[in-house]
Amino acid sequence: MNNTTNNSESLKVSPTGGDLEGAGSFPGQITETPGGGIVLSKLDDIINWARSNSLWPLTFATSCCGIEYMAVAGAKYDFSRFGFEVARASPRQADVIIIAGTIVNKMGPVLKRLYDQMGDPKYVIAMGACAISGGPFFYNTYSVVKGADHIIPVDVYVAGCPPRPEALLHALISLQEKIKAGMTREQIKSGI
Amino acid sequence: MNNEELKTKITELLPAATFDESGEWLNINVGPVDWLSFANQLRNNDSLYFDYLFCLTCIDWKTHLTMVYHLSSTRHRHNIVIKSKLDNSKPEIETVSHTWKTAEFHEREVYEMFGVNFLNHPDLRLLILPDGWEGKNPMLKNFEDPINMIKL
Repeated sequence: MNNTTNNSESLKVSPTGGDLEGAGSFPGQITETPGGGIVLSKLDDIINWARSNSLWPLTFATSCCGIEYMAVAGAKYDFSRFGFEVARASPRQADVIIIAGTIVNKMGPVLKRLYDQMGDPKYVIAMGACAISGGPFFYNTYSVVKGADHIIPVDVYVAGCPPRPEALLHALISLQEKIKAGMTREQIKSGI
Repeated sequence: MNNEELKTKITELLPAATFDESGEWLNINVGPVDWLSFANQLRNNDSLYFDYLFCLTCIDWKTHLTMVYHLSSTRHRHNIVIKSKLDNSKPEIETVSHTWKTAEFHEREVYEMFGVNFLNHPDLRLLILPDGWEGKNPMLKNFEDPINMIKL
């Protein structure tokens, strides 16, 4: 790859690629040779690096966390800066589902179905107290699922009721780091 | 009409009614037996003309249940609240779904959540709750669901 010679100074290279500390940088080593450079890396690391920087969230919100989610999508916080470019209304085009809100017993099968309809690889963020544990509806409720992880596996939990937009941004970046490190539930399961 | 005029008019129609004027809107306490004929008068009387039932709900006071109806007139722009005390052991009241069509759904919800039996309702069955919830009324204070509820 010839063009790497010129900008190898500015390109930060992490030697192992997969570790959390070097998550923002390109996962590979550049060896300088006369007339160009050679990039040494693992294909899995590069795929994970590429995937983590283009995650399309599903348009999914069941209560007030959805408002914060919309704020994060809006101009002020703007999660497209981090590659969460467009929210997709179809689960078949989405990579990540942000469970923004309460999941009730009736919603459970719908959530499972949406998750099943998403193409691999897929990731899950549980946003706010309701999605983590049932939150304010933990006690004495006949209708609320006490944590969305009873239904689908969750990669990142965001505390808050609802969480601040910054907290969701942090969760999104944490998810990217997990993907680069190969530590999401799906990656561990499939051995990628 | 303002609250005073409403009060005078309603006393003419139903002398048994009692009033509570502590809130913004005139509250009228009506016995469940008087309710249906009184409702039709409220709806059809030209000077009252309450053609809009904008809220229908129920309250569990542990000792008894209270049906609450919020009425509004789109012609005269006045509002009232009707309250009717129901017996805890056998809560039943006449349906007003023939007077205000919107009550049909609202009464189904109160039926499933509080177990109030609406007499002569055209289609009294569960509205939101899934099958198998008949007879279990989750909005009652003494409701307990051994599977889903966690007590402190």
